[in-house]
Amino acid sequence: MMGLYILLIFMIVGAIIAIEVKDMLSSVIAVGAVGLGLSIVFLILKAPDVAITQLVVEILCLIILIRATLRKDLPFSTTGRWVFNTFITSVFMIVFFLVAVKCFKDLPEFGFPLMRVARTYIEHGKALTGSTNLVTSVILDFRAYDTLGEATILFTAVIAVLTIVRKIGRKKVDMPDEESDE
Amino acid sequence: MSKEHDKGMSLIVKTITRLTVGLILLYGIYIVLHGHVSPGGGFAGGVIITLSFIHLMLAFGKGVAFKRMSKNMMSLFESFGALFFLGIAVLGFSGGYFFLNVISKGEPFRLFSAGIIPLCNIAICMKVGAGIFAIFVALVLLDLDTDKKE
Amino acid sequence: MIIYLLSFILFCLGIYCILRKRNIIKIIVGIIITEYAVNLFFILSAYRIEGRAPIYSAEAEILNMVDPLPHALVLTSIVIGLATTALLVAIAMRIYEKYGTFDITQIRELKG
Repeated sequence: MMGLYILLIFMIVGAIIAIEVKDMLSSVIAVGAVGLGLSIVFLILKAPDVAITQLVVEILCLIILIRATLRKDLPFSTTGRWVFNTFITSVFMIVFFLVAVKCFKDLPEFGFPLMRVARTYIEHGKALTGSTNLVTSVILDFRAYDTLGEATILFTAVIAVLTIVRKIGRKKVDMPDEESDE
Repeated sequence: MSKEHDKGMSLIVKTITRLTVGLILLYGIYIVLHGHVSPGGGFAGGVIITLSFIHLMLAFGKGVAFKRMSKNMMSLFESFGALFFLGIAVLGFSGGYFFLNVISKGEPFRLFSAGIIPLCNIAICMKVGAGIFAIFVALVLLDLDTDKKE
Repeated sequence: MIIYLLSFILFCLGIYCILRKRNIIKIIVGIIITEYAVNLFFILSAYRIEGRAPIYSAEAEILNMVDPLPHALVLTSIVIGLATTALLVAIAMRIYEKYGTFDITQIRELKG
């Protein structure tokens, strides 16, 4: 269990570096370090499916972010009401933190989950679905509506990206409207 | 021959890519097909298959990857994945309700078992892989356009 | 308890980055860190002492498995996070193309 604490502290240090460093490329690479550490944490916490997915998605995310930040000089500005903004943000953070500490006391202790729903899945999962990987049986059989909604969201995101990126529609602004004659 | 060498990265990267891209594709297909007996599944496998195409695209320039998988092919895969998944779901009405596991479950720990779950994995793999590859291609083309203007 | 607080500190760092920074890429970085923290909290809440991965084995009977339900929720959440990150990056690159900067204080003319 000691390795878990060390990895979490490593992730927090990586996040602080990613937030505070001034070079954008270094910041993006620090986020990549945080994500790969998260993948190892998932592996320690006995979630191999999530670890594989997190590893692969992290690599792809890093490629996309590096494509976005490459070859662009980015000035780092600290103008504006610096003291006021920092004060408001830190007050908000402290209030949020106190409320969260109060809430975490009511949660079940780490290592002893409730598992009221999951007991059914674990006891009858293999007989009901025939799948030996319980995560797959939860995704695609017990809770298949979640996957259907996820596919819809992914489709919407693809359409939104293609709509933002396309350039064809703008050139015809000055052209006369042909259909208005009829 | 010499014209093809101009695009993309250097010769070392191209040689290593030729050796590894098939292995990555094979590993993705393995993860998708064994999603119900071992860790993995449609999401991870779909993204791995996409990564093999992106690897090809980054090493050889975008022409080679488009030759293997054109834009029409991509939209075909995505639509086919979505329709396949919905079709499997609607097939459950023949036995009672949406998403019912109608096919026989077979023997556990075998490749052909668990009824509709391997088919659903394949459908999810097509949908996720084609969608993410479309997003990546759109972002790369946008980047090339802005470079040309500057 | 302490390990929940560590994941919450990660969440707070992400929120601080979203609220305080002025660069759009930094804001995207903050959103990504927040998303990681939420996923981590879900998986932490599923862990069981001396637990095993939720996969049946052909040879031996596995007694105490961890909770498979949060794993399934996080698995869909990660892929959606990738798609939304790509959407944010596309919007940021369009803004850079139009205004020539990533600084949100200099993007005043929202009329376009």
